[in-house]
Amino acid sequence: MDIACDTIGDTLVARVQATRIDAAIAIRFKDLMREVLHAPAPRIVLDLSKVDFLDSSGLGAVVAVMKLAGPGRRLELAALTPTVEKVFRLTRMDQVFTIHAQPPGIVRHAG
Amino acid sequence: MPDDPGIAGAPGTSGVRLVIPAEPMAVRQALLDLFAMAPTDHLPDDLRSTAEIVIAEVLNNIVEHAYAGTKGDIDLSIRPTCDGLWCTVIDHGAPMPGNALPAATLPDSQAEDLPEGGFGWFLIRTLARDVRYDRKGPTNCLTFWLPATESEIADIPGAATCI
Repeated sequence: MDIACDTIGDTLVARVQATRIDAAIAIRFKDLMREVLHAPAPRIVLDLSKVDFLDSSGLGAVVAVMKLAGPGRRLELAALTPTVEKVFRLTRMDQVFTIHAQPPGIVRHAG
Repeated sequence: MPDDPGIAGAPGTSGVRLVIPAEPMAVRQALLDLFAMAPTDHLPDDLRSTAEIVIAEVLNNIVEHAYAGTKGDIDLSIRPTCDGLWCTVIDHGAPMPGNALPAATLPDSQAEDLPEGGFGWFLIRTLARDVRYDRKGPTNCLTFWLPATESEIADIPGAATCI
């Protein structure tokens, strides 16, 4: 698992480079996001467009990361795939997070 | 093979059986394998996501609580029916607390201190039907049915026609 970061304005976009956030990797995901959160950006958007599957351990890890982000800034989510969306909807965590349909734009002319 | 859970696949229907080491990476690989092999490789979308969520939670619970770090195997059998999937999961780990199914309570998403766990059994009990648990000697046996949505009933590979 890897997490690729872009900064767009005051937003840090953390793009999860993995197809699953499950019990086998939830702790690693949390540790990687702890590093990402060292950046001082006031707004963080977690791009989940590559994540096909998230189980309850993965959900717990995303909640834990939101808490790690601290009271002064919110973790927002973007681009939930159908199974991930189902887990958030059934557990009503879709009402806790701001969820964007699309990830913030990728810089097309980087460099 | 486990006892028939009660709903029968008609003659000619085919199922799938996997024996999975009780480790998180093995569970992950088993889920990837399961949905890449017949007859569970071409499930309609909604049934597939239901199956992946529920089976993942059941297997992870067994790894975490029944075997709790000790070695063991999980025996998973899935049989398509005309309107869903019958699943049987057997392990030889510790029994469920009180020899009974855990409650299906949804952790409070409005709580000031948001819950980071406790979602697993809620997801299982919300998505699966006829969940039954039996402890026989050293063996845990969990059976459940995963219903297809009405619009997807006709699309289950390997299933018999509904009568």
